[in-house]
Amino acid sequence: MAAPMLRWVGRGRLWTFARVDGGSCHRREAPTGSTSNWIRGQSSVAQQPLYTTQKPRKGEHKWAAVVGLEIHAQISSNSKLFSGSQVRFSAPPNSLVSFFDASLPGTLPVLNRRCVEAAVMTGLALNCHINKKSLFDRKHYFYADLPAGYQITQQRLPIAVNGSLTYGVCAGKKQSQVIPKTVRIKQIQLEQDSGKSLHDDLRSQTLIDLNRAGVGLLEVVLEPDLSCGEEAATAVRELQLILQALGTSQANMAEGQLRVDANISVHHPGEPLGVRTEVKNLNSIRFLAKAIDYEIQRQINELENGGEILNETRSFHYQLGCTMSMRDKEGKQDYRFMPEPNLPPLVLYDATSLPAGADPQQVINIDQIRETLPELPSVTRERLVQQYGMLLEHSFTLLNEVGLLEFFQNVIKETRAEPKKVTSWVLNTFLGYLKQQNLAVSERCGSDVYTEESKCSDSEQPFMDALTVCDVNVFSLLGAASPVTPSALAELLDLLDSRTISSAAAKEVFEELWKREGKTPGQIVSEKQLELMEDRGALEQLCHSMMEAHPQVVMDLKKGNPRAINKLIGLVRKATQSRADPAMIKEILEKKLSS
Amino acid sequence: MLGRTLQEVSAALKQGQITPTELCQKCLSLIKKTKFLNAYITVSEEVALKQAEESEKRYKNGQSLGDLDGIPIAVKDNFSTSGIETTCASNMLKGYIPPYNATVVQKLLDQGALLMGKTNLDEFAMGSGSTDGIFGPVKNPWSYSKQYREKRKQNPHSKNEDSDWLITGGSSGGSAAAVSAFTCYAALGSDTGGSTRNPAAHCGLVGFKPSYGLVSRHGLIPLVNSMDVPGILTRCVDDAAIVLGALAGPDPKDSTTVHDPINKPFMLPSLADVSKLCIGIPKEYLIPELSSEVRSLWSKAADLFESEGAKVLEVSLPHTSYSIVCYHVLCTSEVASNMARFDGLQYGHRCDINVSTEAMYAATRREGFNDVVRGRILSGNFFLLKENYENYFVKAQKVRRLIANDFVNAFNSGVDVLLTPTTLSEAVPYLEFIKEDNRTRSAQDDIFTQAVNMAGLPAVSIPVALSNQGLPIGLQFIGRAFCDQQLLTVARWFEKQVQFPVIQLQELMDDCSAVLENEKSASVSLKQ
Repeated sequence: MAAPMLRWVGRGRLWTFARVDGGSCHRREAPTGSTSNWIRGQSSVAQQPLYTTQKPRKGEHKWAAVVGLEIHAQISSNSKLFSGSQVRFSAPPNSLVSFFDASLPGTLPVLNRRCVEAAVMTGLALNCHINKKSLFDRKHYFYADLPAGYQITQQRLPIAVNGSLTYGVCAGKKQSQVIPKTVRIKQIQLEQDSGKSLHDDLRSQTLIDLNRAGVGLLEVVLEPDLSCGEEAATAVRELQLILQALGTSQANMAEGQLRVDANISVHHPGEPLGVRTEVKNLNSIRFLAKAIDYEIQRQINELENGGEILNETRSFHYQLGCTMSMRDKEGKQDYRFMPEPNLPPLVLYDATSLPAGADPQQVINIDQIRETLPELPSVTRERLVQQYGMLLEHSFTLLNEVGLLEFFQNVIKETRAEPKKVTSWVLNTFLGYLKQQNLAVSERCGSDVYTEESKCSDSEQPFMDALTVCDVNVFSLLGAASPVTPSALAELLDLLDSRTISSAAAKEVFEELWKREGKTPGQIVSEKQLELMEDRGALEQLCHSMMEAHPQVVMDLKKGNPRAINKLIGLVRKATQSRADPAMIKEILEKKLSS
Repeated sequence: MLGRTLQEVSAALKQGQITPTELCQKCLSLIKKTKFLNAYITVSEEVALKQAEESEKRYKNGQSLGDLDGIPIAVKDNFSTSGIETTCASNMLKGYIPPYNATVVQKLLDQGALLMGKTNLDEFAMGSGSTDGIFGPVKNPWSYSKQYREKRKQNPHSKNEDSDWLITGGSSGGSAAAVSAFTCYAALGSDTGGSTRNPAAHCGLVGFKPSYGLVSRHGLIPLVNSMDVPGILTRCVDDAAIVLGALAGPDPKDSTTVHDPINKPFMLPSLADVSKLCIGIPKEYLIPELSSEVRSLWSKAADLFESEGAKVLEVSLPHTSYSIVCYHVLCTSEVASNMARFDGLQYGHRCDINVSTEAMYAATRREGFNDVVRGRILSGNFFLLKENYENYFVKAQKVRRLIANDFVNAFNSGVDVLLTPTTLSEAVPYLEFIKEDNRTRSAQDDIFTQAVNMAGLPAVSIPVALSNQGLPIGLQFIGRAFCDQQLLTVARWFEKQVQFPVIQLQELMDDCSAVLENEKSASVSLKQ
């Protein structure tokens, strides 16, 4: 479907927005002008995309969507939040369950220091105010995988509040420009994960696995500053990178270490917010974007058709690509919050409040944690831009792919080639191959793991959509399984840099390397005789005979179709088995043609 | 030997006058003889005998673990005991065998104590009579004492004396009856609003509630987490101090225990002189419902301190009258929350209904809990509703703070220890007691004891004298937070002054068969 161009006239300015197929909203032109403040007085996001129905009529009101996220990140820790049970994914069912996790009567919670440190670290990285005193609460509801009948969380006074997350959305003609945006963080709270229920509809029974019950979660609550699926997806991706950089969560969505609930409503700008729905358990970034955009469009259609939006919980059906009402509760759920009486207030210290002679094992010093914060993704990107002169969007891609940055840096270390060349090779050729492989992996699994549709082009344009919606660990391939090592690529780039081979030959060498036959680039070049053709006379001869063999092309050229020369260049290159430098071919051809 | 105190029998064990196994067998035989009291839900005979055997070996090798080695003890059936059924006197936990020991139980076992069994209580410790559990009511051993029976003979109005037995008070009535009937030397109770002190007063025992945070609650199946403490029932203050010495201290499994070091072993200094002491008498505790006998004993006790040179002051605890209603809101709210885990899935009772998980929950909980528990869950959930939370729970918490501050103010005015009644009167007959419902009874009976739990203070009930009917009356001392040692030191001085008589159960012990025959109709259920 073509992207309909919409227009909305407001506040005396003409803003142009676009909606593209799939519901993702891409801003073609960054609007200028004053900050709008029609969504809960926010000022951090200056522009909001607007939506309309499929067939916009003249004079019709336009819609704006308001999206807030609640993100649950499993804390990367050896043991659970309040018990000594181990935390491990895919262990045999109910093998990691302490008496407390099973809620045996009389058991009590004991707070895990590591989880508190992870929360403080995450709070600091997200520019939060860390509360020196925070409290735990019980949130009650009956569910088979919640053995206590309540979850311990931090409802009243969470550990961190009032932060912000800056992420970049792409814009511009080729979606190659990165526009920084900020979403406010309401709070970060520590809470327990629940167990898992496995429903066996045939035997109408439910099986419970409590391995996950009591694992520490960081619930990150974002203010409703987002306005479409893409913004939500990029914000979550950035959060994921930050958590991974901090090591506070592995944040692997496929393993449920990062789960997102989205609160979505639509309204007419300037009017009160609409009734919101909650789409639960979005466990891939792609589905997050799809679900949000679907839900926004569904609400608009519903309202346009005179319907109303119910305050309800919905789930995203990833095969059908739509959200569905969960119809789980009659009326609203009252969680009957109550202070957790078995845990004293959680008190944190900083350099000024630290009591003299305090046992370091018994206290947590915020300033000390601040000092140990690693480099955050935004700083890494800035460093890449500064150090290697790469485009900001390239730095985004390098960070978005797990392990790619490390690979890049290893290549840089070993090669004489220009950083720009390295960037191009790593982001285009290398990443392209990896993505092709990964696509196959995920198709075989049939899982809902997000995979990027590969766009392995020869252009210098890197995969910008990797930036927007990439949640795939291509580098599970990299570490152990990537067939091309950084040293091999470095060697290949050196050959290219010394003009030993042409870039086309380099691609061929790369393809050979990918076959994993254990040969070095040098070996491949000599075996296949891919060295650059240095004999100008021979090349001139070849060009001449090629022109004679294709008079029609020469005619075209002379008639004024300059692009026809590419055909000739291609033919000559083919004849040399790509060993000739295309620039030199072009130069010879042009000379011959003009003579 | 059985009539001795823990301290005395400990000395006898050390001197070899008796072996742990002999002692254990005597207690077991008495438990069987007094089965009709319904003090025990489970008698852990095999476990106790095995522990006695091990203790005996230690004594033979001169490796005694201390004062508690070889001492028979009993534990209220709301403490988790590894491998021994723990029921809370509820259908919900019938058949539940925990895989772990409560910290306090483990500590007693680590000291060589012999676990005789698990004692009866009100279901989930909700009650003040030990009458509302699924195993039936506990009978007060004093019902069968020479002191009481002789007084009753003098009373021309006394009716059929065997159906006129007395309640123990509660909810730790089983533990109180067990110690009072000489079947063990000390017992653990729990105390949330007076559940240890109340039956101690009715059964002529020392009932001690430690400061909140001094003794671990890990493994105590909770009633109100923020008020529960393990309680100690013994025949004298020194015994309570010995047990406290074994139990007190921080527990990594209970984050509400305090880390400040306490003096160990928990020795009570002898107090020869009370002239430096200031005793506070809270004026709000003088209420019309207080029986004249208790009032008069209270007054005599104050006079005793004054005559021995102590300063006795009237103090005010102005928010006392709000304590009951405040407790009701906080207790039921926590109960609603704590009971949520009993859903029939992991352990305990599960109904036969399987049409849906929700239907299973509902039926399981309806069948598993008695009316008292269900009523408290209902009230608690009402108070925690979003629309009610501010008006009930938050207000109750504020009132709780005021009540706690009342005590702080009293102690800041120079008072060392407060002296109050423990109960309104002596124990009443069962038939009298059940005329009122559980809620009314709990509200009346906890009136002097409950505020202490809100403030987390240590308190001890000391038996003072027998009433005109020949039944024990206790008075309560309340101390500053974590001044448990000072409190017990004062209590011991007082105990020495009053010389409370020993219960005379010879008739019962010599000829239990007669009593047992008369009790066949009663709803006694003792599980072996």
